[in-house]
Amino acid sequence: MSDATLEASAAAASPDPRGVALRRVAGHAGLMTGATLLAAIVILSLAAPLIAPHDPYAQDLAKRLAPPIWDARGDWSHPLGTDNLGRDYLSRVLWGGQISLLIGFSVMIISGLIGSTLGLVAGYFGGRIDLVVTFIVTARLALPVVLVALAVVAVASGSLLVVILVLGLLKWDRFAVVMRSATQQVRHLDYVAAARAAGASTARIILREVLPNVAPQLIVVATVEAASAILLEAALSFLGLGVQPPLPSWGLMISEAKAYMFFSFWLIAIPGTALALLVLAINLVGDGLRDTLAPDGRA
Amino acid sequence: MLAYALKRLGLALLVALAVSAASFVLLRISGDVALAIAGEGARAEDVDLVRRTYGLDRPLIVQYGEWLARTLTGDFGQSLYFKTSVAGLIGDKIGATVILAFASLTLALAVALPLGVLSALFPNTWIDRLSLTIAVLGQALPNFFFALALVMVFSVKLRWLPVSGSDTWAHFVLPAISLGLYITPPFMRLIRAGMIEALASDYVRTARAKGLSPLSVVVKHAMRNALAPVVALAGVQFGFLLGGSIVIETIFALDGLGYLAYESITHKDFPVTQAVLMILSVVYVLLTLATDLVNAWLDPRLRTG
Repeated sequence: MSDATLEASAAAASPDPRGVALRRVAGHAGLMTGATLLAAIVILSLAAPLIAPHDPYAQDLAKRLAPPIWDARGDWSHPLGTDNLGRDYLSRVLWGGQISLLIGFSVMIISGLIGSTLGLVAGYFGGRIDLVVTFIVTARLALPVVLVALAVVAVASGSLLVVILVLGLLKWDRFAVVMRSATQQVRHLDYVAAARAAGASTARIILREVLPNVAPQLIVVATVEAASAILLEAALSFLGLGVQPPLPSWGLMISEAKAYMFFSFWLIAIPGTALALLVLAINLVGDGLRDTLAPDGRA
Repeated sequence: MLAYALKRLGLALLVALAVSAASFVLLRISGDVALAIAGEGARAEDVDLVRRTYGLDRPLIVQYGEWLARTLTGDFGQSLYFKTSVAGLIGDKIGATVILAFASLTLALAVALPLGVLSALFPNTWIDRLSLTIAVLGQALPNFFFALALVMVFSVKLRWLPVSGSDTWAHFVLPAISLGLYITPPFMRLIRAGMIEALASDYVRTARAKGLSPLSVVVKHAMRNALAPVVALAGVQFGFLLGGSIVIETIFALDGLGYLAYESITHKDFPVTQAVLMILSVVYVLLTLATDLVNAWLDPRLRTG
């Protein structure tokens, strides 16, 4: 018997499936690593007002481009050094985490609402409605996201709100595709038929019977999309067409440091590593949840 | 097959039409073209003159119809910033982007194919963990950060490769690696999963039972079946690469469509942005159409859909 079948039969034999799921979650090394890392980043970013040693916007032109402490010339007044305007880099990185988390979370909510509504409706009703939704999704997939986002942000002028709205309105395609196929799989199952026979309204069936049963796939897509939104915002801001200065967006910080990269590469390495760690943490959580919650789903 | 092909072609045309209308409206409502043509700080009457001269005061649907009619004859208009024909500009730049996309796709497959197959043959060994690490890193590293790190090591420290430009093959190495790493993980996952499934299947067991050599079983029986979805993914990724190379082309000042798109956006050169957007969308539609037709030709069960 393989590990997978062993696990499946153990889950089937257990009187308490939720306990088994919890134990599987706790036993998943990647998931635990990702969750710990993500929790650390969230706590550090939210605590930025309390723990940041300096004001992230305060300039000190006498102390421009101070090196971080691992450099022989570094000192503890600026543990990660300062940028080209003498702003404390540690404080900016901590505050920048809030921007990335805000982007990831709000884009995930907006695109999740649009995409899963489309997917649920298409999957549940099928027929002509499904054709229309599939057509919309196909058309949306044909639009290159980065190019459209850049063009719209450029004319609508970049602000945090505009970036969130543009990405949220563009990135719902994966939600729609996954929710559609997940809904198609459950709509003919007995409990849905039973609810229909009991005279439940369509809205009630979709929200109370279908949605909870496709939730695992929804959660997995949500993590993937949050990570991808964070990377996209960073890329837009890096190109100067996303979040605008003086906000400490990690992508923008890398962009501002480009001119100094030959002598002060840590100015790029620090926010770059922060971005990579955050995306890594979210992806590990997503992969772990896929293994434990939706092992045979196609999310 | 012919009926399916015609139906699929009709759908592709409809999608292309919908996308062209959507992108036209999107760009028009998010900015004032007349103001962009007249330039920053132009007087109100000058802007009005431009608006009337270019016909921008007419209803959006009329403007779209006219633009579509011109575009279908291959006339993309004049660039406001480069002051030449848009079609000519795109013809000059598209080569670099196609070369970059091919190079990145080849690199990604050259890494993903052996690692994906080996990690399926030897699951939970060091080679499986190595490929998993590459996949996880490739997904987490922002590609512009990875690109700058490559520049730092190979151009600044080692001085092996040029920092920017697109004159020789050497200019394409770092951009191709930066883009290639980004698209390697999905290929690796798909190849590994496909191989594991194929290796556990009845036909592979039969081939083994017949006493065929292990190499022949893996290459001729398992791989051939595991690779069909990889072809489909390659088609989609190629389209994605053409549109996704904006960031990388801009970093390396690689003179392709992506860099052109970036420049047109920063200079509010609407005709160019519109044309690049349209071309990338149509290429994507054509690629998915081709992939669907090849798949339907390989597997008749798909033709009913």
